[in-house]
Amino acid sequence: MLELEIDGKALQVKEGSTVIDAAHQAGIYIPHFCYHKKLSIAANCRMCLVQVEKAPKPLPACATPVTNGMKVFTHSDLAIKAQKGVMEFLLINHPLDCPICDQGGECQLQDLAVGYGSSSSRYQEEKRVVVNKNLGPLISTDMTRCINCTRCVRFTQEIAGEMELGQAFRGDRAEIMPFIEKTVDSELSGNIIDLCPVGALTAKPFRFAARTWELARRKSISPHDGLGGNLVVQVKHDKVLRVLPLENEHLNECWLSDKDRFSYEGLNSPDRLTKPLIKQGGAWKEVEWNQALDYVAHAMRDIVKEHGPDAVGAIVSPHGTLEEMYLAGKLMRGLGSDNIDCRLRQSDFSGRRAGTPWLGMKIAEINKLDRVLVVCSFLRKDHPLIAQRLRQAVKRGAQVSVIHAADEDLLMKLAGKIIAAPSQLPDRLAQITKAVAELKGATCDLSVAVGAEARKIAESLVSGQNAAILLGNLAQQHARASTLNALTQQLAGYLGGRFGFLGEAANSVGGYVAKAVPAGDGLDASRMLTEPRKAYLVIGAEPELDCADGVRATNALTRADSVIVLSPFKSAAALAYADAILPVAPFAETSGSFVNTEGRVQSFQAVNRPLGETRPGWKVLRVLGNLLKLDGFDFASSEAVRDEALGGGAGKPEFAGDLDNIIADVAIDLSPGGGIERVADVPIYFADALVRRAPSLQKTKDAVTPAARMNAATLAKFGVKAGEQLKVSGGGTPATLVAALDVGLPDDCLRLAAGHATTAAVGAMSGAMTVEKA
Amino acid sequence: MNGQPNMLSQEARARIDREVAKYPTDQKQSAVMAALRIAQEEQGWLSNAAIESVASHLDMPAIAAFEVASFYNMYDLRPIGKYKLTVCTNLPCALSGGVHAAEYLKRKLGIDLNETTPDGKFTLKEGECMGACGDAPVMLVNNVQMRCFMTPDEIDKLLAECK
Repeated sequence: MLELEIDGKALQVKEGSTVIDAAHQAGIYIPHFCYHKKLSIAANCRMCLVQVEKAPKPLPACATPVTNGMKVFTHSDLAIKAQKGVMEFLLINHPLDCPICDQGGECQLQDLAVGYGSSSSRYQEEKRVVVNKNLGPLISTDMTRCINCTRCVRFTQEIAGEMELGQAFRGDRAEIMPFIEKTVDSELSGNIIDLCPVGALTAKPFRFAARTWELARRKSISPHDGLGGNLVVQVKHDKVLRVLPLENEHLNECWLSDKDRFSYEGLNSPDRLTKPLIKQGGAWKEVEWNQALDYVAHAMRDIVKEHGPDAVGAIVSPHGTLEEMYLAGKLMRGLGSDNIDCRLRQSDFSGRRAGTPWLGMKIAEINKLDRVLVVCSFLRKDHPLIAQRLRQAVKRGAQVSVIHAADEDLLMKLAGKIIAAPSQLPDRLAQITKAVAELKGATCDLSVAVGAEARKIAESLVSGQNAAILLGNLAQQHARASTLNALTQQLAGYLGGRFGFLGEAANSVGGYVAKAVPAGDGLDASRMLTEPRKAYLVIGAEPELDCADGVRATNALTRADSVIVLSPFKSAAALAYADAILPVAPFAETSGSFVNTEGRVQSFQAVNRPLGETRPGWKVLRVLGNLLKLDGFDFASSEAVRDEALGGGAGKPEFAGDLDNIIADVAIDLSPGGGIERVADVPIYFADALVRRAPSLQKTKDAVTPAARMNAATLAKFGVKAGEQLKVSGGGTPATLVAALDVGLPDDCLRLAAGHATTAAVGAMSGAMTVEKA
Repeated sequence: MNGQPNMLSQEARARIDREVAKYPTDQKQSAVMAALRIAQEEQGWLSNAAIESVASHLDMPAIAAFEVASFYNMYDLRPIGKYKLTVCTNLPCALSGGVHAAEYLKRKLGIDLNETTPDGKFTLKEGECMGACGDAPVMLVNNVQMRCFMTPDEIDKLLAECK
């Protein structure tokens, strides 16, 4: 520990602290622009100049390490003169267009100019003008406002992993820019808007929409990936206009992925329903709620009476709240059916689970891992901020290896990498398992020949102290997901490490907790569609896009006698197969809870009034339960539903109980497949109903229409070149798609994204494909 | 970087590799200044494609190479004439006629700073201190040849030499 004095206040700080760290510890504010606790030190804005005893000149607090006995003065005449001088220089070229700047009201430069600047300028000469840059559909630029703090540059370099911005030219000509005619395409790009201390980088979708002080700031939780990012949702006139991160060191730190940040645009989508719809005589009619609910209750009662309770199935979105899931399960079981599932993209349900599958560790513990194997994950796009944590771990010396069906650039150094066709992945994982067992001197009954790359990964894994294996979305959606789970379990056992699942959706863990999965011998998401039911209750999901086999889902729903859809949005597909569509609130308009991938229960309140006659889903299900005369549907609040779902005790536990990744009774299947196999990613902005309707995200490069991607050898096999048309089918209707070269794919694989209208009719997310030249 | 063919010749790449070898293997980008110089010598100037080629050869982001290329004024980001004349106009030179030398060149060639004569022969640039203030005014020819005491007579002589 070092002792120092700041403004006469004595304190002790850790070795290696800087003066600005020490000042923050003492609660003393030092003005700054370029300093940011999560970024490297640049010391280029000079705003944090302070006086240090015995130093002849003022020193930058952000870059001055504390020494023992140091005496710092942040408000001495010398310090104030220095700060005022710097502020005058910063304002020389600043346009001072605050009245038309989106940053006005939340601008560090504005605030500090009030605190440290003069009331008038001595500068008479011409100001410089910097040409704006096109950074893509999410970030708006006014580069003349830039003070060259380089926070955005350091963010792309250090956190996002790819330097997409730089400071080109020099001196008074220096400007922040991407490489000529490139945009900023990172899935974390929106964070540079928050980082920018001035109005140079602002949010394009929010541009000129409101002044910041007109906005109400309300807390919420992201409904997208399993991270459960904490949000500040900003609302004006009952419209969500902006989303910012709410700092939470356990989860999103001070960041947000672009999906969490910009998906709010979907809340204002023209697809939003405002009144219940019922199909009468083949035509859709807007009706009152009591009429709609009566219709639904009758329809369900009739089906149960006529065909038995087993003829009803519930398809629940894993992005729905815990309360909706729990009431949906309770409703189904009240009717006598156990057919409910929220694991919509999963296709292998074999094996016996000991509990709720989860991450297997805290999210914050990912940073401390020293050996990691990521199994089948489009990590950057599926879990942007978990990828970021792994990136930081790698920088600190962790070794990350990957086994996957596509060679994705994770923007971090990898210790080992196996890329193989989906059907060969169990074999490859078994090789790693066997190699680790051999290195650890354990007996292993897997009969596989260990390859060189598997041995290399195994050697990396056993060389650490704190290893973990993370199963990605593709591992959970894999046709032999249980085999991958069982092998991982075995591997983790040999390693003495942990393993877990990267939760696909905001409430993937919550689905198990709320029993939105079959509790007994009910039908799972896959069997509910292969063995079509007479009636379906579809909650929040768009099965044609959200299920493992969209074609099968559409067929089953089309043939059913009755399909009741509870959703904030209408879609052409639902209008075709449903007979009642009830407008339920998206996350911003309902209270509820999400259980994130580490099992953390996070409850939130509505930030906004429901649109039109939209109602919170839990209230709709409660009334339905009452209309169906089921017991135990008299909840006064969503909190009461949550408490019952979590096991009865009042009050919210921090974490859900019964988290356990162990699987038993799995028949391990290592046989290779044949033919052309599909590798299906769910692109980041097609993953759920809300983000699919966010227009700005849909304009990004991550949201381009999927192409049929193959490696050069496979393309040659079909005699096609990149850019030519291909006819592709996987059991459904053949689709004509553009062929594209993807050097990162194994032989005989076709990468075709799921979740998109152009590929939905093709067929299942995994399995054999037929390909021919169109 | 994004699958574009590298536009540098085999020979240029070999020369760059010689520079890379001077640094630790995990710090290839240390050779960026030398690599940009080699690319410029070969191509005549540094196009975006050339900068991108250098960056991909050194496993570094293109923008990071561009930062370097745009920072130093001996790198040319636009095509230049056969002879690039860089006149120092920093204070010591200016006090000894550096600005006059630049003015004289401008008049003589009929172009302004950062311009190239229509016949593609001369490009005029303004330079920073070349470390020979005692010999002011100084000029650089094509980045490599330094000329001292550049009075109008000397400038005429220099222009006559440039064929």
